[in-house]
Amino acid sequence: MTTNRRNVRGAWWCCVIAVFIAWVQPVHAHMLRGESIGFSSGFEHPISGWDHIIAMVAVGLWGAQLGSPALWLLPVTFPLIMAVGGFLGLAGVPLPGVETGIAFSALFLGVMVLGSLRPPLFVAVTMVGIFGLFHGYAHGTELPEGGNAVLYSLGFVVATGVLHGIGICIGLIHRWPFGRVTLRVAGAVIAAGGLFFLWRAIQPEEQPSPEDSGAFVAPTRSGNATA
Amino acid sequence: MRRPDARARPLPLAAIGALAWLFAAPAAQAHLVTTGLGPLYDGVGHFLLSPEDVVSVLAMGLFAGQRGPAAGRIVIFAVPAAWLAAGLMGFCIEAAPLFSQPQTAAAIAVTLLVPGLLIASNRFSSRSTVLLVTVLFSGLHGLLDGVSQRRADSLAASLTLAGIAASVFTLVVLSSAFVVSLRIPWTQIAVRVAGSWIAATGLLLLGWSIRRMG
Repeated sequence: MTTNRRNVRGAWWCCVIAVFIAWVQPVHAHMLRGESIGFSSGFEHPISGWDHIIAMVAVGLWGAQLGSPALWLLPVTFPLIMAVGGFLGLAGVPLPGVETGIAFSALFLGVMVLGSLRPPLFVAVTMVGIFGLFHGYAHGTELPEGGNAVLYSLGFVVATGVLHGIGICIGLIHRWPFGRVTLRVAGAVIAAGGLFFLWRAIQPEEQPSPEDSGAFVAPTRSGNATA
Repeated sequence: MRRPDARARPLPLAAIGALAWLFAAPAAQAHLVTTGLGPLYDGVGHFLLSPEDVVSVLAMGLFAGQRGPAAGRIVIFAVPAAWLAAGLMGFCIEAAPLFSQPQTAAAIAVTLLVPGLLIASNRFSSRSTVLLVTVLFSGLHGLLDGVSQRRADSLAASLTLAGIAASVFTLVVLSSAFVVSLRIPWTQIAVRVAGSWIAATGLLLLGWSIRRMG
């Protein structure tokens, strides 16, 4: 075995052990749900919603279908632009149509994988970048005030990368004929998921009634209730 | 007779240890770490329990290693030296700036963002600029460490900063040597991906600090 292979194997073990250790959360006597505690809570954030998960896995699948250099260029682009979106969300810069954009990203990527479509690299990277912006923005606006922003951000980014990695690993079956068919089926499933999330995103939001929202309802003299 | 590749085994093992330490670290606290082993080891403990410092040094090591052995050889000495010098400056000079917590976070975010982007792009080749970037950012971290030592006496502060610099040296040597040793093409890509992750972390941290400033 060459030095390189040993180093690479060591690096893999390094990552596995690091993630395993990182999963352990510091003990807090009064831990509140939703607080950003550290690496593990940041890691859990991107994998908390299926709309994010299927889109990020689809990026990896599509990258594997497209082959090098898209194979690594898409997963490099996505976290970076996603962080730009997160930055905008944290900074309070408005961005319209976020939920629609996220749902459309899953639909678009699913269709690309389903059709095994190969647009120019520039177009693929640009599209993935735009989608990354929406995903990052949604996360950025949801990020709570936390104890350790560095570890939280690191966990957040690593989880995104892991989802891409899962997509790439699955996408490697592309080299076999049955794998190509399986990938296209996976693309169809992702597109269907994207369509579902898109349908949900464009539904008009229902205004919660005062009783549903839990607000205090005080009776008035005329008998009507005011929140 | 020992095979040449057998000597290289401690490197990934040490890298495993360093990375495990990085992630095992709990949240960094404003007060200094006290190990009970003296100020030198307090400095080592302070560094290892400060993820922002560890990730930043890791980024500088990856960046230097990516630029090749010649750049790596300069950076492994320049980074800890700049860290120590700026730390002593921050400790000694009363006029050294005192940053608020969000300002500190923003400055640290930049030290993650810039090397991360340079690693991810892998297009930069000037050795002098590698040196400039790494010295500038390590100096910034050192300055912050030095300012945080002002309450300590001179000897203890110096030893603590020396402990931090020794830890910085160890990590920058391990990370840059690891990258230099990589020959398989996809491992170089993995380094670029790691750079993009570091840059993304820095960008999120920057957004966070801006929100806190607001």
